[in-house]
Amino acid sequence: MSEKGFSIIGSYKTKNTVEKAAGIIFTVCALFAVIAVFSITIYMIISGTPAIFEVGLKDILFGTVWKPTATEPSYGILYVILTSIVGTFLAILIGVPIGVMTAVFLAETAPKGLANIVKPAVELLAGIPSVVYGLLGILVLNPIIYKIEIALFKDDPTHQFTGGSNLISAVLVLAIMILPTVINISESSLKAVPKHYKQASLALGATHIQTIFKVIIPSAKSGIVTAIVLGVGRAIGEAMAISLVAGNGANFPLPFNSVRFLTTAVVSEMSYAADTHKDVLFTIGLILFAFIIIINLVLNKVMKGGNNDADSN
Amino acid sequence: MMLTVTSIYNKRVRFLDSFIHGLIYLCASISILLLAGIVAYVAYQGISEVSWSFLTTVPSAIKGTFGIAGNIINTIYIIIITLIISVPFGVGAAIYLNEYAKPGKLVSLIEFTTETLSGIPSIIFGLFGYVFFGQTLQLGYSILTGALTLALMVLPLITRNTQEALKSVPSSYRSGALGIGATKWYMIRTILLPSAMPGIITGIILSIGRIVGESAALLFTSGSGYLLPKVGKYGEGLFQKILQPGGTLTIQLYLSMEKGEYESAFGIAFVLLIIVLGINLLTKYLAHKLDVNK
Repeated sequence: MSEKGFSIIGSYKTKNTVEKAAGIIFTVCALFAVIAVFSITIYMIISGTPAIFEVGLKDILFGTVWKPTATEPSYGILYVILTSIVGTFLAILIGVPIGVMTAVFLAETAPKGLANIVKPAVELLAGIPSVVYGLLGILVLNPIIYKIEIALFKDDPTHQFTGGSNLISAVLVLAIMILPTVINISESSLKAVPKHYKQASLALGATHIQTIFKVIIPSAKSGIVTAIVLGVGRAIGEAMAISLVAGNGANFPLPFNSVRFLTTAVVSEMSYAADTHKDVLFTIGLILFAFIIIINLVLNKVMKGGNNDADSN
Repeated sequence: MMLTVTSIYNKRVRFLDSFIHGLIYLCASISILLLAGIVAYVAYQGISEVSWSFLTTVPSAIKGTFGIAGNIINTIYIIIITLIISVPFGVGAAIYLNEYAKPGKLVSLIEFTTETLSGIPSIIFGLFGYVFFGQTLQLGYSILTGALTLALMVLPLITRNTQEALKSVPSSYRSGALGIGATKWYMIRTILLPSAMPGIITGIILSIGRIVGESAALLFTSGSGYLLPKVGKYGEGLFQKILQPGGTLTIQLYLSMEKGEYESAFGIAFVLLIIVLGINLLTKYLAHKLDVNK
């Protein structure tokens, strides 16, 4: 036996099998992500489409009344889709400028000591569970928004008071939630801009601010766009943080209306929904999934564009 | 007058510049105040809730206690099972992508799907896990269902971190090992994986962070049990627990919030904050270590 172990040919054979097996195993591992995404896609389609045939695509997508448990149920989610789009858009509108400016501050203008404290704090906040943001939203933000609501709609008998659980609160929670993501990614892309760009610009007589906005930010464009797209993804996919802050009425997305997002619709009713109602919730999931895939394709394009830029430089 | 204007020592003050400068400082202070305020508020509200009995008991109407011990155990269960499933696949995928694959359609497909997987919101994972693991595979609401779902979710994190670590291993290590007659698998096992270990561990720790913070994907998969596992004489209950429902800390936080029990919610939030802080410090330390290796 021991002699056989020393033979080159014998060990070559076992080694060869081991080598081949290792190669195959690693390939299978790598294909796992592909299998996962395909099965998620297929399952989302399988469980999301029955409701479309039962209720009708037009009634779901363009209906405005959401009464799944009424005797004559109605499954219109137009307002829910609109809320998700409007809410995400507004959150980005608030969160991205503040986030990018903060990233500029951290990467360019901040005193070193301050940046060294703030940066880890931002990273810490990126890791905080979204539910915690929701908790603070309910206890801190909602009362403030409610006060504003009372002041604004004091004399309006038609207004339905939401107790502060409305679109504005949800948008603010989302905007705060995407801040760490936007700051982190923008900051690292600003830092990755080659030093000599900045030096050349300053040497030509541009001021620091001109250099930041005309040289550094444009060079870091693809990183900042990535940050924005990831922020959109995080905002549109967030469920738990806003499910209790948004009020959960399926209304038109006006600032002081109690609203329901695609995600919160699923979270809040999945536990007791049955039959067609449940199928429609899966359809909502499918619509959300479609949004995410589109965002990912955009992101993929942006990343590739960024790489090409880097290659041509 | 003319002279002073043209002198380079007399810089023209551009109004727009100072305005934008102010804007940058304003935005930065808004974010910093907000973010610092969040941490401070959670710490302030939560620290008084956390006590020994809060950490070591389970909610019980008879004893009149509210504690999170059951949820802590569930969280640990889910972390361990998720990692047992996802680490081999994630590391294997990274090895394939970095060491075996040749650039082509398959690689870009794998990279695109990994990218997609990391972008899918947790609620979609939750729905998928509920239908596929819970109903099709008949696992119901159980810790195993939750862990399988989360394994898919953290897979990209592990793959990407391992890949980064493998990329940073100098190619001379590879040629050196192969040159003295090692086979590829032997080289991977004895040279590459040990050198890439800090990166793999970083991926694992980031995954733990994601698992601890996850709620939407777990609500419909692992359910919301809060009891301690009933351990039999020979520890047989430990394994049965895997097939029983169990809510993690974050799930319990959400449920407490839904019921309006804000005190205990803040207690859990504070515990989570501490865990996240610990995870952050650990990753920092490891990243530092990884740098030294370079």
